[in-house]
Amino acid sequence: MVIGLGHYLTVAAVLFTLGVFGIFINRKNVIVILMSIELILLAVNINMVAFSTHMNDIVGQVFALLILTVAAAEAAIGLAILVVFFRNRGSIAVEDVNMMRG
Amino acid sequence: MNTALVFPALGPALPEIILAAGALILVLFGAFRGERSAGAMNGVALVLLALAFVALLMLPSGRMETMSGSFVVDSFAKFMKALTLIASAGGVILSIDYMRREGINRFEYPILIILCTIGMLMVISANDLIALYLGLELLSLSSYVIAAFDRDNVRSTEAGLKYFVLGALSSGMLLYGASLVYGFTGSVSFPTIAASLHGTVSNGLIFGLVFVAAGIAFKISAVPFHMWTPDVYEGSPTPVTAFFAAAPKMAGMAMATRVFVYAFPGILGQWQQIIVFISIASMVLGSFAAIGQRNLKRLMAYSSIGNVGYALIGLATGTPEGVQGVAIYMAIYLAMTLGSFAVILGLRRGNVMFEKIEDLSGIARTHPVLAFCLAMMMFSLAGIPPLAGFFAKFAVFNAAIKANLVTLAVIGVVTSVVGAYYYLRIVKVMYFDEPAERYDAMPAGVKLVLALSSVFVVLYVLVPAPLNAAAAAAARSLF
Repeated sequence: MVIGLGHYLTVAAVLFTLGVFGIFINRKNVIVILMSIELILLAVNINMVAFSTHMNDIVGQVFALLILTVAAAEAAIGLAILVVFFRNRGSIAVEDVNMMRG
Repeated sequence: MNTALVFPALGPALPEIILAAGALILVLFGAFRGERSAGAMNGVALVLLALAFVALLMLPSGRMETMSGSFVVDSFAKFMKALTLIASAGGVILSIDYMRREGINRFEYPILIILCTIGMLMVISANDLIALYLGLELLSLSSYVIAAFDRDNVRSTEAGLKYFVLGALSSGMLLYGASLVYGFTGSVSFPTIAASLHGTVSNGLIFGLVFVAAGIAFKISAVPFHMWTPDVYEGSPTPVTAFFAAAPKMAGMAMATRVFVYAFPGILGQWQQIIVFISIASMVLGSFAAIGQRNLKRLMAYSSIGNVGYALIGLATGTPEGVQGVAIYMAIYLAMTLGSFAVILGLRRGNVMFEKIEDLSGIARTHPVLAFCLAMMMFSLAGIPPLAGFFAKFAVFNAAIKANLVTLAVIGVVTSVVGAYYYLRIVKVMYFDEPAERYDAMPAGVKLVLALSSVFVVLYVLVPAPLNAAAAAAARSLF
């Protein structure tokens, strides 16, 4: 069996869906949400590289490298905000992120 | 070609370059001087924004590209950039006194606002998906931090956390859409994408377009991707809320307009349905959900959701009149938002900020000028002539009717009548309820913002021509 573009796109779509569901269904821990966000970004990167190789066009790989870089910055800022939140609230459980409602 | 020879290659990005270099200098300055520098930093940040504004106005007219075509400056970009710079300056001015009194006047705030502004300017000028993504992330990452700026306050940090999680999700969706658009059109550049769309388009591309639309809707807080807005607006420090309600909306609408009208003109029928749907949903939710609110910041959040819905009417037409309507709407919305938040920032006694609707009761007797200005803002947001808000709504409704979107315009009129209920309730509370104690005198900066926006909102009817002409030129440059 030849592994073609379709297979890569399917894997990426599955990872993306897992990431989105990980954010919405997860009721436990904000760290899991950060991991789900990384999963989404990696799914996008698989897509980008697959399209890039398929079309013989380097732009997709450049885009993927930029996404990796920004994802690192995003994770750093997310963890920093999580730390200040933990200092104030003493918990990072998703159900404790509930000061404002209604 | 002559101008290209004498004009430096990176010239079109001069406002961004000024801000970026300035931000680096400010970081060094802040690192060496420490907390003592906070006051001076605000002043320097305002000077930088003013310099960028001047540089923007000095750019030669006409369409210019730089950075291998990924950065474009045209009349539309200039118009929206001017609004964004004004909004950012408003965000800095409104913050000065508040941050000092709350004891959070750290020097990082003006730097983050400047970085956020660079992100917004890049988004407005983006001419390919990579530039769009990088600008958007610069904007978002700085926004997450300023939402959590009051870092010892649990509500502010919670706002930052919520904004981060949902913002990161929206960037992920936008990126997934961008990857599909890249894969099915073979390019990330907007003009090439536009050129490749003719005849029937593949489902993969439509799929990508939907994801891009979802990512953009998150950033402009359009329904059904609005759920972060009320919480983030309520939890963030008030000047930050004012900034969020003003500046990123300008950049977000500019980004939506450029992506849909400029990169996907060939499949208007496909994206028009999406925009019509999110426009109706935003208008309806913005007007009905706001009725039960007691907190002014939360009310302004729902009001901003509704206003995005009205502005999207203009975008849904996909015509030059519609885009002109979007530009006019955003300019007037900017004035109304900054003015309303200036009043909210004026509700302070000693160390306590008041942000409930009841706290406005009877201020017509204790603070007649303040009450009059807020009443004008509320009448204008409700769309009552001859105030500016009426002409903003008129511009988009008119464009919708010309483009045969009569249902959309009718729903817009109906929801703005419903919305009038809660805007007028605020006027009623101010003028007919029993007065409470006096509030402290407003700081000079807040007064200035309130005065300028009130003058604009009230007197726009006398001299509408300059803004309308600029908006028309902006709209023409996209077609």
